Amino acid sequence: MTVNVLMPALSPTMEQGKLAKWLKNEGDKVKAGDVIAEIETDKATMEVEAVDEGVLARILVPGGAENVAVNTPIAVIAEEGEEIGPAEAAAPAASAPAKAPDIPASAPQAVAAAATVPAAPAEPAAVPAAPSPAVAAPEIPPDTTLIPMTMREALRDAMAEEMRRDQNVFVIGEEVAEYQGAYKVTQGLLQEFGPRRVVDTPITEYGFAGLAVGAAFAGLRPICEFMTFNFAMQAIDHIVNSAGKTLYMSGGQINCPIVFRGPNGAAARVAAQHSQDYAAWFSQVPGLKVVAPSNASDAKGLLKSAIRDANPVVFLENEILYGKQWDTPILEDFLIPIGKARVARAGEDVTLVSFSIGVSHCLTAAEALAKEGIEAEVVDLRTLRPMDVPAIIESVRKTGRCVAVEEGWPQCGIGAEIAARVQEEAFDYLDAPVLRVTGKDVPMPYAANLEKLALPSVAEVIAAVKAALYR
Amino acid sequence: MPAADKNAKFADVAGAAEGAPAEGEILAFSREQELAAYRAMLLIRRFEEKAGQLYGMGLIGGFCHLYIGQEAVVVGARMSAKSSDQFITAYRDHGHMLACGMEPKRVMAELTGRRSGYSKGKGGSMHMFSREKNFYGGHGIVGAPAPLGAGLAFADLYRGDGSVSLTFFGDGAANQGQVYESFNMAELWKLPIVFIVENNRYAMGTSVARSSAQANFSMRGAAFNIPGRQIDGMDVRAVASAVREALDWCRAGKGPFLIEAQTYRYRGHSMSDPAKYRSKEEVQKVREEHDPIEQVRARLLAGGASEDELKQVDAAVRRIVSEAADFATNDPEPDPSELWTDVVL
Ligand SMILES: Cc1ncc(C[n+]2csc(CCOP(=O)(O)OP(=O)(O)O)c2C)c(N)n1
Ligand SMILES: [Mg+2]
Repeated sequence: MTVNVLMPALSPTMEQGKLAKWLKNEGDKVKAGDVIAEIETDKATMEVEAVDEGVLARILVPGGAENVAVNTPIAVIAEEGEEIGPAEAAAPAASAPAKAPDIPASAPQAVAAAATVPAAPAEPAAVPAAPSPAVAAPEIPPDTTLIPMTMREALRDAMAEEMRRDQNVFVIGEEVAEYQGAYKVTQGLLQEFGPRRVVDTPITEYGFAGLAVGAAFAGLRPICEFMTFNFAMQAIDHIVNSAGKTLYMSGGQINCPIVFRGPNGAAARVAAQHSQDYAAWFSQVPGLKVVAPSNASDAKGLLKSAIRDANPVVFLENEILYGKQWDTPILEDFLIPIGKARVARAGEDVTLVSFSIGVSHCLTAAEALAKEGIEAEVVDLRTLRPMDVPAIIESVRKTGRCVAVEEGWPQCGIGAEIAARVQEEAFDYLDAPVLRVTGKDVPMPYAANLEKLALPSVAEVIAAVKAALYR
Repeated sequence: MPAADKNAKFADVAGAAEGAPAEGEILAFSREQELAAYRAMLLIRRFEEKAGQLYGMGLIGGFCHLYIGQEAVVVGARMSAKSSDQFITAYRDHGHMLACGMEPKRVMAELTGRRSGYSKGKGGSMHMFSREKNFYGGHGIVGAPAPLGAGLAFADLYRGDGSVSLTFFGDGAANQGQVYESFNMAELWKLPIVFIVENNRYAMGTSVARSSAQANFSMRGAAFNIPGRQIDGMDVRAVASAVREALDWCRAGKGPFLIEAQTYRYRGHSMSDPAKYRSKEEVQKVREEHDPIEQVRARLLAGGASEDELKQVDAAVRRIVSEAADFATNDPEPDPSELWTDVVL
């Protein structure tokens, strides 16, 4: 019997990777556990191990192939002595069951069925690299050179530029230095700035967040990375009580120029304790600023502003967005002011207000709605506190309808705040109630089908828009 | 305890170690005990290998932390505990569940996010529980087991039923402030709790030397007068003996006991860890010279067991694991209505 070796998924968010090289040749004997190939993701190089004993009968995807989709058959392992003809070389799996196994067990069926699948070209099922979208932003002057950049690179560059500019800026957190960041956002910083300014900590969020706040009191400018904001719950006392309130309590003497940053919200299948969106929590606190960029360009300009800000800034990133690319300006000093929303897409019929990954949902929904003759305006908040309420009101006065979209829970959420502000300040302009699309009011489930249901979707945004338009 | 499932009985090795050890003494195992330890550790090893494969196939998602290399710690502890004692750990938890006698197929079904999983598919690899087996999780947040475990011990003392809480956490977690808050309360109130630090030398990519001012974790309770013992966590007998001593201490009403089990994880921190922070040689050396399963196997063979006998154990374990994998890939996903259940009672 032959067994397909599939392109493995090596992280919760991996969809594709590069098959860097084969360490075994066709015809080589392998046993379970042998490293047969190396693959590269945007985060790391990993080894592929044989799961069965046999002979590496066919290599289906050559070394060096880029963008190989997870679950593509990359090789065939046959039993020793077994002849395999070209007819037995597996076809690439028609669907990738990794993402949403609608039919449970589809993957093993694919493996078992492989031996009888007709011949197919030995080509990787390549996932085309997405073109990098432009970002509409008033801060980017015309004729600026733009280059495609991932959110991850934009954040790293923002930190590196500010560290070059100001000796007081330093990075502290778990795995930020030698490991190059758990999500590789701090890649290269240790190499450039050394261990004095890029500091690995023990797993002591409460302690190192408090320590960073103290250092900020003393005039340094810490960038305090949380591996994810879920773990910042251990430190929330220092973020709120120490960083957020001291300026006020000291009668304006002691300010706290610190950035708390890291991924926030759901990644993929990491379940309840690793998937929470804290946007609403932090945005409730006077004394804090809260930023949540939706694209690489904004991320860069906003993070640079956050590092220069004299106040504590909670900077909420999104793991799913880390690897995505956007056109990002090459400018000497690209700053985006904190507290300013941007119109990501203009339209007259309805206002969609969102932030972070929610903006992607809104833009996708807006494109679909445009095909039905509905023009949605998408307002990307960018900053949640101070919230650019005037920008929302201006749009709603034009459209008369508003749908707020977020990943967090509904009760006392960002959408709830938007609804309150809109009815306070634009009640007479409204033609329909303000509607909310949110994460469901439950802890994040692990199961693929339930997780999908728990998260806000493009379909829900479209449905809400239609409801607001009484369509 | 009814033997609900043959797999469960197979793994449940509770109460196997008899006799009280003197301070720090390592008790010898009977042949039955060796065999029980061998089976239980092998089940964990094969189960975890299978979980790694299913992850690579996309059937398991999210984070998946394998226990391969550390099997002797939980198996040794379980062998000395009573079934009424509670176990609690963090996210590297599959081995603890199997050792507690939870059904492999339902653990695997939770890993694949299916409805027959221990949490109905809602918890996943890091969040699994069984009140019936006295396994209290399965926690995704580093450090959380320490005070939670102390709370289990508080309940034990409150009820006075003689049960003890066996509370596991990592070397990285041992730097969390809540651990020391728990130590203080545990000693202050003489809580029946065995704190077991599974020192596998790394917390993700950070070695103990780079994170810990006091790298001898068994001394970390000294400031609170908690006795500590540093043991070879790759030797299941050493673990069973130390835990036995600790449990006697707790049951005698003397309060908490701290064990540092020195162990090693062979695989990356999770499936997405390329493990560049240590050399292949380092891993290879531990595998070759200190493997917990090989040690027992060698003793069994030296003690007269036949290769054939052990092969039968291997085959039985493989069968259980492959049945678990089949079950976990064919079991349906949870019903969509489950999204809304279990939020509050
Ligand atoms: C409070 C908190 N911070 C960070 C993390 C991310 N994280 C998960 S496991 C881990 C390393 C823990 O190492 P250790 O305690 O030694 O346990 P091991 O993984 O070695 O079993 C980290 C940093 C987390 N889950 N919780
Ligand atoms: Mg560790």
